[in-house]
Amino acid sequence: MNDKTDFTFVIEAGRTERHYWKDLWSYRELFYFLAWRDILVRYKQTAIGVSWSIFRPLLTMIVFTIIFGKLARMPSGGAPYPILVFAAMLPWQFFGNALAESSNSLIDNANMLTKVYFPRLIVPASAVIVALVDFLISFVLLLLLMALYRFVPDWRILTLPLFLLMAFFASFGCGMWLSALNVKYRDFRYIVPFIVQFGLYISPVGFSSDVVPDKWRLLYSLNPMVGVIDGFRWAIIGGESRIYLPGFIMSVVVTLLVSLVGIRYFRKTERQFADII
Amino acid sequence: MSSVITIENLGKKYILSHQDQQKARYLALRDVMTRSVKNLGRKIIHPLSSEKQPKPNHEEFWALREISFDIRQGERLGIIGRNGAGKSTLLKILSRITEPTTGKVRCNGRVASLLEVGTGFHPELTGRENIFLNGAILGMSREEIKRKFDEIVDFAEVEKFLDTPVKRYSSGMYVRLAFAVAAHLETEILLVDEVLAVGDVQFQKKCLGKMDEVASDGKTVLLVSHNMATISSLSTKCILLDEGRLIDHGTPQKIIETFQKELSDTAFGQSDLSHADHYGNGRGRFLSISMRPVDKKAETLAYAEAGCDLEFELVVKAYTDLNSTTVALTIYDQQGVRIIDANTLIQGKALTLKKGDKAAVKFLLKNVRLKPGVYTAGLWLGIINQFDADGVRYATTFNMEASREDTLFSAPFPGIYACEFEHDIKTIDVEDAMESD
Repeated sequence: MNDKTDFTFVIEAGRTERHYWKDLWSYRELFYFLAWRDILVRYKQTAIGVSWSIFRPLLTMIVFTIIFGKLARMPSGGAPYPILVFAAMLPWQFFGNALAESSNSLIDNANMLTKVYFPRLIVPASAVIVALVDFLISFVLLLLLMALYRFVPDWRILTLPLFLLMAFFASFGCGMWLSALNVKYRDFRYIVPFIVQFGLYISPVGFSSDVVPDKWRLLYSLNPMVGVIDGFRWAIIGGESRIYLPGFIMSVVVTLLVSLVGIRYFRKTERQFADII
Repeated sequence: MSSVITIENLGKKYILSHQDQQKARYLALRDVMTRSVKNLGRKIIHPLSSEKQPKPNHEEFWALREISFDIRQGERLGIIGRNGAGKSTLLKILSRITEPTTGKVRCNGRVASLLEVGTGFHPELTGRENIFLNGAILGMSREEIKRKFDEIVDFAEVEKFLDTPVKRYSSGMYVRLAFAVAAHLETEILLVDEVLAVGDVQFQKKCLGKMDEVASDGKTVLLVSHNMATISSLSTKCILLDEGRLIDHGTPQKIIETFQKELSDTAFGQSDLSHADHYGNGRGRFLSISMRPVDKKAETLAYAEAGCDLEFELVVKAYTDLNSTTVALTIYDQQGVRIIDANTLIQGKALTLKKGDKAAVKFLLKNVRLKPGVYTAGLWLGIINQFDADGVRYATTFNMEASREDTLFSAPFPGIYACEFEHDIKTIDVEDAMESD
């Protein structure tokens, strides 16, 4: 049944990476199973189950609408404020969840890492997938919200997957990097929740990024989520909302850079994971 | 037959770092705090460069060195050696969990490892879900698992509980299911590390049978065990490791003999405690521990076996005057359960030492009837409810073997106490039985 030459491999110091991508492919089912496990386990023994992935963004949206829309009277550019907030809330929650889950994923699965071989990249990647499922559930909520406000999006909503892809790479890149760092320095266990909490306020979630003065906008776009959120708003709200192009390009470049550095650092350190975790 | 695994000059180095103990003893809390603040500051400023900082005291440790050998297809290789000889490190390198420092391994075929059963089991998931998850972790495809599913369930005897979360399983069921998944792997090379000691007697027999079957399929098996009976019944060839080196290879009988002879030649269980993990305020310090199994005639035995006496000798040094302190020797099993606590207080004795003096303390544990397995000894010095002068949780490790006289069948039966027993079998006549109903 088996052609053994297929499985011949050599173990040598510093040489594990030769069949890396092939291995990754042959372990694709594990990737699927890990994501499936985390989704199944996520809301076990909770009373309202999956509803949590709807409540959390919904409540944050309500608070932000009241604070930024009603009290601070930030401009919304014509769209209903709840939709403005929710269009940003979606990618942000995805990013925040993915970052939090994937940066802890290696440590949470430490017993697997020290006992079995599989391409380690699967672990943080499947954590991002779990966050993606949550994203899709809350996306349905956005559609309901749009129906409620009788808000009809235009053709631009078709470009949404592109921005989602960007959000995916931003969170996967950071997640990989942080998860590898977390193996060695547990300090990151405390830093990540801080990044997520802090980021919610410095990213244009509760307000439109148009309120940022033009001379600061390029600098502001160093945060990759600025580009993602602007993209989401542009695609969902349509109409008058526009993308600040130099800033958007800056965000794309930062996203790619982070992913590249993340994957390189991960690959460089993953061979020692089992020894130092 | 061709070689399935070729190992050339394999070595694995670890860097051990430990604190300078002279210093650590007189360290004030203030010093600890300032040092950790300094370190933290340094780490935050240069998170990536901290490894370049000079380590206070680190030491290289070669877990394996210059290992070279070949394994042919269908061979079942037993790997034996003392604790820390490098057996598990070797399996970890072969299963690609950790990377070798030197050398090269060439493998022909898929490798699956049974380093610990139940790896990746999730307590919240049901038995059915865990079979798929665990299978995927061990490298099976979904198709493969589906095909083997009934066989696995059947082997594990858990049909009724397939849809119950495994956190509600009894530990026996849990282990049975885990072993069943692993035993049905379709790989050419199987690495097994001490996993056969699971479940009840019947299940163990089933596991041994399964291992025989696996090997007769032409699969190559590498087996690590402390149980010599398992090694001699399952392996066709054996290697002996000591301190990371390959000492000898040959037939299981020959190698087991060499191993046991070597154990008796060297000071068994002797260990210098200067690098062990100590706790306590450091007013006294255990310097070394040695253990000698002796028989009823006070002659040294080759190895500890059920029913022998164990003589422990400890050397302790006082760093301040010690008045009426208690010395304790504790024995733990592999699960960390404290089985024996022998101390001087029980017998109304105490240790009093002047600063700088040393004392040798001997404990003779009589008629030790522990089951075969690995045990660790811990030490403690102090005054109960007042202070710990010194404590060492892992002072030394030793193996207990089944005693030859009272064990004919030496499979690893569960339990901790090898009670001496007699038995008597009488058949009951059918008529008698009816009456007593």
